[in-house]
Amino acid sequence: MSVSKPLYIGTSKSIAARMLGGEMMIMSMRDSTFFTLNEVASAIWRAADGSTPLSDIVSGTICREFNVEFETAYRDAGELVQRLAEHGIVVLSDHPITAGPESSNAQ
Amino acid sequence: MSLVEQMNARALELGVPLSVQLDVTYRCNERCIHCYLDHDDHGEMTTAEICDVLDQIADAGVFFLTLSGGEVLVRRDFFAILEHARSHLFNVKVKTNGLLITETAVRRLTELAVNDIQISVYSHRPETHDAITKVPGSFARTLKGIRLLTAQGIKVTIANILMRQNMSDYDGVHDLAVQLGAHYTVDPTITPMMDGGRSVLQYRIPGSELEKVFRESKLVGNVEEFCAPPPPPGDDVMDGYPCSAGHTACYISPYGDVFPCVQFPLPSGNVRHERFLEIWRNSPQLKEVRSIRARDLTTCSGCGHVGSCTRCPGLAYLEGNMRGPSSADCEKSFRRTGLPSAAMLGVSAVQPSASSLVQIQLLSQ
Repeated sequence: MSVSKPLYIGTSKSIAARMLGGEMMIMSMRDSTFFTLNEVASAIWRAADGSTPLSDIVSGTICREFNVEFETAYRDAGELVQRLAEHGIVVLSDHPITAGPESSNAQ
Repeated sequence: MSLVEQMNARALELGVPLSVQLDVTYRCNERCIHCYLDHDDHGEMTTAEICDVLDQIADAGVFFLTLSGGEVLVRRDFFAILEHARSHLFNVKVKTNGLLITETAVRRLTELAVNDIQISVYSHRPETHDAITKVPGSFARTLKGIRLLTAQGIKVTIANILMRQNMSDYDGVHDLAVQLGAHYTVDPTITPMMDGGRSVLQYRIPGSELEKVFRESKLVGNVEEFCAPPPPPGDDVMDGYPCSAGHTACYISPYGDVFPCVQFPLPSGNVRHERFLEIWRNSPQLKEVRSIRARDLTTCSGCGHVGSCTRCPGLAYLEGNMRGPSSADCEKSFRRTGLPSAAMLGVSAVQPSASSLVQIQLLSQ
């Protein structure tokens, strides 16, 4: 995945989510799809504030906390957020996302 | 194992209450003949108290939250409660009779992304439904509410409780659900009153009708598989626990009382006097419920149905012994497979301990 264009991620309000034993359980209220996110994916989801580009989340949080290379982590993170976006769990934009009816700040 | 089953197993291992049913009121605008509740208000929790409980159960790890009653929409602060619940990202199911579902209510339910609205429909025949709810016109109003909800794409589940008055109507209600774009669930169990009163049990459907229900592929799927004799129980079954009540789930009444389940009225604490997590972790009553394994059951441990029975420990408790059989479930196992249960045959496997005979316990304040 290219990092030439910034990608912003906002979390949707149309979800249910809770941490359970270090993993994040997330259910899309749109299509009832259920996901569990591992520790790394949970960290990305928690950092998705709509105003921090994915590349900064990966370099600032993931690479630092989990000791992984940026290129690999960024590619995996990109695939994850695309998949979550398909189920309405996150919202993607090439501009910062302001808090609106579709985004949530809850953790 | 599905993700939800994995999640349940993990919650059990960690001692996390994954599911809570919170009844926000016992008041109701219907007077259903089979209802197990006293509809007077004996001091419901305030909005602030309920929001505090929601904060506490979110911290405790609850993911599935059912808001029920009574009729939830008779509380004028219901949407404030729901909004607070959704701010914690609970997966919320709302149980209602649908009478007060308006376009405004639907708009709020849509905005707040409720996962499921469960609505009771007793019959596809208006006169039968209204006779059960004792509210003339309730059938038409409930259906109007369902149509408003499904038109906005909200998931609706029609709950069809069967009793003598409507025991042949499941086919009609099932078809009605399909026509309305709603899911359908059937329950042939009438439960005793919360205070133990058994007068409503007169409405339970006779066993011969249960046999018919259990042989409807529309309701049970593969009939041959559903009605097959149970396999001999292994150690995994005998070491297993009866249901999620008190293990990964519990119930909170409008007065703050905590019970293992809405059908298991064993007082285990009150959130007005103690923190929820304190009750969940340390209540002697919940600890006792958690200690019970299938091999500890007084009669059921020696029953061939032990691994496949729907035995409800709450119904057993209401019959006098939480380790004993639940006669309604014995009847179901018998009508499903044709094989009588150990309790029906008068077999007792384990002698109950003295403590298990003490079923009604008052909580110290």
